[in-house]
Amino acid sequence: MVTQITSFGRSGLYDWMMQRMSALVLSLYTVFIIGYLLLNPDLTYTQWNALFEATWMRVFSLMVLLSIGVHSWIGLWSISTDYIKATGPRFFFQSVCGLAMFVYIVWGVQVIWGL
Amino acid sequence: MLVSIYRYNPEKDDAPYMQDYQIELPEGKDLMVLDVLNLLKAQDPSISYRRSCREGVCGSDGMNMSGKNGLACITPVSEALKNGKLILRPLPGLPVVRDLVIDMGQFYKQYEKIRPYLINDAPAPAIERLQSPEEREKLDGLYECILCACCSTACPSFWWNPDKFVGPSGLLQAYRFLADSRDTATQERLSGLDDPFSVFRCHGIMNCVNVCPKGLNPTKAIGNIRTMLLQRAT
Repeated sequence: MVTQITSFGRSGLYDWMMQRMSALVLSLYTVFIIGYLLLNPDLTYTQWNALFEATWMRVFSLMVLLSIGVHSWIGLWSISTDYIKATGPRFFFQSVCGLAMFVYIVWGVQVIWGL
Repeated sequence: MLVSIYRYNPEKDDAPYMQDYQIELPEGKDLMVLDVLNLLKAQDPSISYRRSCREGVCGSDGMNMSGKNGLACITPVSEALKNGKLILRPLPGLPVVRDLVIDMGQFYKQYEKIRPYLINDAPAPAIERLQSPEEREKLDGLYECILCACCSTACPSFWWNPDKFVGPSGLLQAYRFLADSRDTATQERLSGLDDPFSVFRCHGIMNCVNVCPKGLNPTKAIGNIRTMLLQRAT
């Protein structure tokens, strides 16, 4: 058995499930946004603003934001362990990715919840 | 016909190179790639390759023929030709010993890791451990693997992590024992596979299915292992 402390959940199954669950959330959100735009061809700023003011939409968007974080971390961790063999550069790459995701999530929460 | 062969003799060559050979093939016959190699070997005895049964059973002559892995003994030249040229290289991703001969050590290490033998703690019965026809049927499409390494060496995940990812061949065999009604080490076997690399580094690109000379489906077996891991966890 191979153990890797930098993966998301330490278990391959957990990472794999999170990858799929987050992909599902991202797909649903994409379909919803595209559907909303198609169904509202004369969309106004007020309408768009009202959509993102609704609590359910904020929760949905927050879920999407967290899903992006999880999905991209697992994906980029996999890619870095495939292609970057030297420990130093790999650790640097993973740190940059982790930091970028953290910043995006915090920033995204501020935007979505108007903090 | 023009045949281009990967040549490398670590005792003489600094780097590998491709050597071209011109060969006249008998008309009206579609020879196998191994037959062509044998004819070339008569021309140039220094060409090295493995072969044994010459009928797709032993798995010795796995090689890359014009970009696709397969067994030279059961691949007709007409299938392997690319723009009228036959290009022969060793299986990719494993160290080359000489010419088309590769060091399969890493491949066998992964095979060993999955414990490819029946584990049963119960006392052995007087004659044999019986299986119903239905239980036996579950092993079809799994036990036929001849360990030629065509699948694992066609898999990018195995190229990048040959020490951590078990590879399609090993995983097909892992499932062969997980699916065996006579084996009692299912939980231990699953515990040994539940890490981010051993099984889950498979991204399902199905190169293994595409090249398997025995027509087996390692991707399906890997999917079944994932399902078993999921069922165990939920």
